[in-house]
Amino acid sequence: MEKRFASIWFPFLLTDWLCIRRPELKKCAFVFTAPVHGRIIITACNPLAASQGVHVGMPLADGRALVHEIEVFDDKPDRNIKLLKGLAEWFIRFTPWVAIDAPDGLVLDITGCAHLWNNEAHYLAQISNRMLEIGYTTKLAIADTIGTSWAVARFSSQENIVPARKQYYALLPLPAASLRLEQPTIERLNKLGLQKIAQFIQMPRSVLRRRFGENLLNRIGQAIGDLPEVFDPVIIIPEYEERLPCLEPIRTATAIEIAIKKLLEQICTRLKNDGLGLRKAELKGFRIDGKIIRTTIGTHQSSNDTDHLFKLFALNIDKLAPGLGVELFTLSASKTEPVVQPQEKLWLTKSGLQNPSLSALLDRVAGKVGPKAIRRFIPEANYWPERAIKKADSLTENNDLPWHNPLGRPIQLLHQPEHIQVTAPIPDYPPLLFIYKGKRHPIKKADGPERIERSWWLESGEHRDYYIVEDDQGCRYWLFRAGHYSAQNSRWFIHGFFA
Amino acid sequence: MEKESKRHLIEDLKKQILGLQGYTTLSIQENSLPKLSLFANAFPNKNFPLEGIHEFIAIETEDTAASVGFINALLSALMETGSPSIWISSSRNLFPPAMQRFALKPDQIIFIDLNHQKEILWVLEEALKCENLSAVVAEISELSFSQSRRLQLVIEKSKVPAFILRNNPQQVNNTTCLARWQIKHLPSLLPDGMPGVGHPSWSVNLLKVRNAQPASFEVAWNGTTFQHLNQVQKVLQPLKKLQAS
Repeated sequence: MEKRFASIWFPFLLTDWLCIRRPELKKCAFVFTAPVHGRIIITACNPLAASQGVHVGMPLADGRALVHEIEVFDDKPDRNIKLLKGLAEWFIRFTPWVAIDAPDGLVLDITGCAHLWNNEAHYLAQISNRMLEIGYTTKLAIADTIGTSWAVARFSSQENIVPARKQYYALLPLPAASLRLEQPTIERLNKLGLQKIAQFIQMPRSVLRRRFGENLLNRIGQAIGDLPEVFDPVIIIPEYEERLPCLEPIRTATAIEIAIKKLLEQICTRLKNDGLGLRKAELKGFRIDGKIIRTTIGTHQSSNDTDHLFKLFALNIDKLAPGLGVELFTLSASKTEPVVQPQEKLWLTKSGLQNPSLSALLDRVAGKVGPKAIRRFIPEANYWPERAIKKADSLTENNDLPWHNPLGRPIQLLHQPEHIQVTAPIPDYPPLLFIYKGKRHPIKKADGPERIERSWWLESGEHRDYYIVEDDQGCRYWLFRAGHYSAQNSRWFIHGFFA
Repeated sequence: MEKESKRHLIEDLKKQILGLQGYTTLSIQENSLPKLSLFANAFPNKNFPLEGIHEFIAIETEDTAASVGFINALLSALMETGSPSIWISSSRNLFPPAMQRFALKPDQIIFIDLNHQKEILWVLEEALKCENLSAVVAEISELSFSQSRRLQLVIEKSKVPAFILRNNPQQVNNTTCLARWQIKHLPSLLPDGMPGVGHPSWSVNLLKVRNAQPASFEVAWNGTTFQHLNQVQKVLQPLKKLQAS
């Protein structure tokens, strides 16, 4: 799949951040400063100051000369990185992959995300509106490569969505600085009169390399998409995660058991203090050969009981291949829920589906054979027999619907109705006999017909006329005729067996 | 007088023998299930035993349906306490809505559908360890003696009865089952001239009972409890007379 990247530029990152905290500053010019080589240099200025000629990199004394009543704040090193990290975590709602683009931007890998907001234009509009509500000025662009989206976001004034495979044409009118080059290279290009990318992009590669170095060629390649670019996404640490580094690489099952026990104890103590329990957890082992072994468990009721959770992990220990050895274990709770602390007396007497020992049993079964094997059924509001039951999602889920006509339903229902041959001379009467799997069943008693129509909004087809019949041996069957009676070509089926 | 004292002596001795055979005697109150009293006489101490495996043999597809119905009726007697039960099978045809006919709540039953015999046995053993279940039902065709003995040991600890439905087994071998049942369909009874199909009726054969003689019954399920088939007839006879007059 073709990649798409969005680049977000915060032209006034630090000053916008301060304005959000102190709204009264919106109306005056202010700057951030830091000492560089014994001089006080401006590191950030707000739009009002910028409009009066102040710019980043200017000594504070010059700024004071331009704007007399300028407010000055001290800058802290790496404050912008901290802010960007927070913003990157906020942007997880737009895409799972967000990377920090220091010093004042973010890069989003939006491959397969934009259609959730209808299209890319809506996607960008949504982002910039949300940021504006919060108080950040942004400039955005989308392109096939990180380089092009970076360039367009910062240097293009009109079009901010570059169509797929059109990054070459988007770059042509942009200045040389949009290729993310070092300052000396840009200056040399400008000195030679090569202001726009269009002026030098077609030059022979050997010439460019000799004059401006390998880096220029790399940057051009990355912007056009010929060379790969590393994308280093921000990883959000799960709230409940525990790590266990091992002194020596671990290879035996007993050692893994001890590791799991230790991790569980740590995580369960934290969960207990917060009144939470695990629903899903993942154990990862980082092997010394660079591979990661993992296993997951799920519970039916949130639990922070170390013994129970260990039993669930113990079922999977034999599936973990430690290889040359595991040097680091992590255990993370991917899903937690408030846990209901059972009172001792109730705990002992409580029966029914909420009983903790039952959910412990089902957890063990799900850990061994998979959670899909366990089913509980509740009624569905549908007359069609195949759709009359619905799988319950949890042990407590219940709808108060009644079961439809339980007396007229067979105890054994075939997954697929099977074709039978019948003798049915009288219309809308049960057949006199039927032949199923080569055996003749003369019918002695019958009930019916019960007509069931299809759900026309789901599928088309014939209705069914069901009969309960009993043969001469006393065996009871559920037969149906598909559609209306016709003397020759009625189709009959057997659909179930009664007790 | 002499005769009576002798009879007492013999009954005492019989009980002692049962005890020595490892057959623990429960007091009658502990295990009185009024719904199952009809079958109680066939078992030692006139008590429907629950600490073990009940095995059901079904050869034909129709027999399976009859056995499943009968097991449902047994479950309804056991599940009056409100504890759920577990139904393990590999190719389940059981249709939950129909369980209501046997006074069961289908949503109180947890179905576990598995593919392999090994998995079924593992889940069956694990389920039997859980003391808060009223019963565990498993549909499995083959069960060796050692497998059944292993299950028996688990049951003796947890006191959860197991019903094992063996569909078309290759051989009916020895197991540690308390009783081996075979359920066959019987024509349902209705007053003459009444149309339709009546209550589920079965001929129940106890092929093998531990420490007692084989027996057979003809019963019907009337929606709430078991009835002897001849009692059903008695109820129906007045209706017939009414019709005749």
